Amino acid sequence: MRDFYGTPTIWLIIVALGIGTFVLRYSFLGMIGDRPLPAWALRYLRYTAVAVLPALVAPLVLWPQATGGQIDPARLIAAGVTVAAGLITRNTLAAILGGLTALYLGLWLIG
Amino acid sequence: MRASDPSLSTAFWRGFRNAMPFLLVVVPFGVLFGVAGSEGGFSFWEVMGFSVLVIAGASQFTAVQLMADHTPTVLVLVTSLAVNLRMAMYSASLAPHLGAAPAWKKSLVAYFMIDQSFALADADYTRRPEQSLAQKLAFYAGACIPTCPTWYVGTLIGVLLGKSIPAAFALDFAVPVTFLAMIAPMLRSVPHLVAACVSIVAALTLAFLPAGTGVLAAAALAMIAGAQTETWLARRAAA
Repeated sequence: MRDFYGTPTIWLIIVALGIGTFVLRYSFLGMIGDRPLPAWALRYLRYTAVAVLPALVAPLVLWPQATGGQIDPARLIAAGVTVAAGLITRNTLAAILGGLTALYLGLWLIG
Repeated sequence: MRASDPSLSTAFWRGFRNAMPFLLVVVPFGVLFGVAGSEGGFSFWEVMGFSVLVIAGASQFTAVQLMADHTPTVLVLVTSLAVNLRMAMYSASLAPHLGAAPAWKKSLVAYFMIDQSFALADADYTRRPEQSLAQKLAFYAGACIPTCPTWYVGTLIGVLLGKSIPAAFALDFAVPVTFLAMIAPMLRSVPHLVAACVSIVAALTLAFLPAGTGVLAAAALAMIAGAQTETWLARRAAA
């Protein structure tokens, strides 16, 4: 990796990624100011988080990199327990603790 | 911010408290990135540079992964930034609440905008729409403290520990567990549930697309599905 890119290009990538990400984050905050968005736009934006995060996580759950993309029962069960605990308790920490407990139990029992 | 205003301190500490659970996931996630970065051949300062300048885990992992495969520089940048396009949606979501703040405060809000700080702020502003701009900013600041600087600390630990963390800890799965634990409590209405389901199905179906673009397309479809379901339910209730 180092020999392929060389130190200057590595830093170029890091800095450009930093600037580009900042521009994306600042975009609407900076442009729109405090003018209220139209109702239809707000109706879409209400679902931003539940639209993006499941899409990010679904492939990670089904095809974990640690198992080379193979479906892993322990990780699948842990994911299910996390969601169930989150739905029941409405509490993120409880969901994380439940999920990690299920993961370690599952890895220990199933291997 | 006047420290004497008790409503600001209430909002700040509410944000801080709500964000505390994420400490348990941001740190392991950061550790994981530190390990992945140093295993990928990056120097100490380069790995830290990623976490301090970019602070966006998913795109940092994407960049490191693509560079391990000797992807051309332009494609590394385009793909990693595509993973972060959701930040523009977060920015649009927060704009009606925080858009009136001065530019330097909005710059700080933007720099610290991660999935967790956005999700917490979005939930709080929805639940308490009557808050003033100052209260909203105070909440945001409170929510960032346990989630953002801890990302640097986690990365630092990861770089220093390197390969000495046994694989048995399955740190890789701390990331999906975090995301799921954030999503589940958000599923508070039928449209939210519909959006999440469409998002999952579309992301899995579109997984063959180049990294990042499948997620974007799935998110767009899911937002449409959520908004349309909301409209449809409202129309049915009115009829």
